[in-house]
Amino acid sequence: MMLADRDRIFTNLYGFRPWGITHAIARGDWVDTRELMAMGQDAIIATVKESGLRGRGGAGFPTGMKWSFMPKEPKPDRPSFLVVNADESEPGSCKDREIIRHEPHKLLEGALLAGYAMRARAAYIYIRGEYVREAEVLFAAVEEAYHKGFLGKNACGSGYEFDIFVHRGAGAYICGEETAMIESLEGKKGQPRLKPPFPAGAGLYGCPTTVNNVESIAVVPAILRRGADWFAGIGRPNNTGTKLFQVSGHVNRPCVVEEAMGIPFRTLIEAHCGGIRGGWDNLLAVIPGGSSVPLVPAEQIIDCPMDFDGLRELKSGLGTAAVIVMDRSTDIVKAIARLSYFYKHESCGQCTPCREGTGWMWRVMERLVTGDAEPHEIDLLLEVTTQVEGHTICALGDAAAWPIQGLIRHFRPEIERRIAKRRGFVQVPDALPQAAE
Amino acid sequence: MKDFRDFAWTPENAREAERIVSRYPRGREASAIMPLLWLAQNQMREETGIAWLPLPVIEYVAARIGMPKIRALEVATFYTMYNLKPIGRFHVQVCGTTPCWLRGSDEVFRACFDKGLRKGETTADGLFTLSEVECLGACANAPMVQVNDDNYEDLTYETMTAILDELAAGRTPRPGSQIGRTASCPEGGPTTLKEVV
Repeated sequence: MMLADRDRIFTNLYGFRPWGITHAIARGDWVDTRELMAMGQDAIIATVKESGLRGRGGAGFPTGMKWSFMPKEPKPDRPSFLVVNADESEPGSCKDREIIRHEPHKLLEGALLAGYAMRARAAYIYIRGEYVREAEVLFAAVEEAYHKGFLGKNACGSGYEFDIFVHRGAGAYICGEETAMIESLEGKKGQPRLKPPFPAGAGLYGCPTTVNNVESIAVVPAILRRGADWFAGIGRPNNTGTKLFQVSGHVNRPCVVEEAMGIPFRTLIEAHCGGIRGGWDNLLAVIPGGSSVPLVPAEQIIDCPMDFDGLRELKSGLGTAAVIVMDRSTDIVKAIARLSYFYKHESCGQCTPCREGTGWMWRVMERLVTGDAEPHEIDLLLEVTTQVEGHTICALGDAAAWPIQGLIRHFRPEIERRIAKRRGFVQVPDALPQAAE
Repeated sequence: MKDFRDFAWTPENAREAERIVSRYPRGREASAIMPLLWLAQNQMREETGIAWLPLPVIEYVAARIGMPKIRALEVATFYTMYNLKPIGRFHVQVCGTTPCWLRGSDEVFRACFDKGLRKGETTADGLFTLSEVECLGACANAPMVQVNDDNYEDLTYETMTAILDELAAGRTPRPGSQIGRTASCPEGGPTTLKEVV
């Protein structure tokens, strides 16, 4: 089930070799881009569809299908745009950073091919502001590609005109949401838009726009070169291809590594991360897809295939494949409370359930850490998460709700134990809960 | 430059500002507000030693692209990387989000506290401002700190202390992993593509 070296796409993931264009070409980037474009726009989209590639930014929407929503004949006064989402900010996620600083030309070539396939005039790569050094590499790589004639008026000699611009963010998690990203690109606060209209109809500057994650775009040249069957032959049906896993937390050797979709959790950790700190019996729980997805207790995840469907069966998700591992020394309530603080901090403030709810949930979570609560407040908190979830413009409200729901689902006895313990020492009056303030 | 009302681009930054605006379609100059504010904040660092954006500077940038002041101020207040108050020469931004916390960000904070840094405050000598920040996207190298534009990763109490000492002594510690890892490669060497390395 493990990925063979010959099937790895990101051969310079750690930057052992320079990222520059001559080295990138030696690694196979940009070598026959014109021939790939000569496949034709519809054939490129069809190949990506057949490969089964699903978006790598978290939601897992089929990439080829997303491209097919773009107009086949853009009007001259309404050009189409590709926006590459490099606003990697989901706690646990650190894969796009490695692509950008060590394999930027895979991203640029992929952006040209994707942009060409969806008939876009230009791509904007929106990179998070804190990636200062990474943005420097990206700006330099774009310059190199123009210098070689790979981008611009006659990109790679194809006769197609395509530009790539880099746009830096300035510190706002919410800009990773596609419509917030578009707002931010237009020079506004990053507050998500109501959908519809979807970006493919009216996105950046009101023009047709597709927003794709860095990894989704960077794997496209390999798919076109090696064929849809090759990519689809890795992993399981509906969960195909290779994936950058980012393992953090209580493993012996945290790392980012490219593996086959569907690799069992145990294999991933044993093969690349030197095992769980203190051994497998010491594993408590795992957040398998970045902070937004519910945690999974040890016994459920150990043999789980790490892919969209495998983790959905555990009521969690693959997300960005940011695997946060927690051993038995972890204060699990505090770990989730800290995520609640994150969402409170990052709520853009537009929708009331999220703006007020994230703060409310965090304050209750802080009290649950010490047990300073009434037993019925656990259900009250659960109820509030369902009132936030699904009642906001974007998914940040959901993302704030799910970690708490996962905690209560799997660790309710621990929360109750803390409340009971505290009550043993402190007289708790039967007053109304003072949750909100 | 007492009240910053005479802030103006240096000739070099004026050219850079033009390049920035040219990345966006004509009539969409507002798109340039974020990179221009960043440019202005960096110019402030060069001219005054402090990277921040006083109101007159924000107004200057807004005027260059014909943007209403209030729209520029909305942007400046929405994003965390624009400093609306003066900060120290070194902005010590310790990540405290769960992946870093699991790997010992409390120890990184303790190293800062023991050097006299306090969250949200600037040291009396104007050298350090300490902030707790949300996930900076280096989770496989946790815990980490970003000091101005550079990351220091795989930290301990000792290495964080050493970094603060070096900075205070006017030297720049080597960015990246403080335990000698190459980027996010597993400690001790790669588990994949070994023959390529």
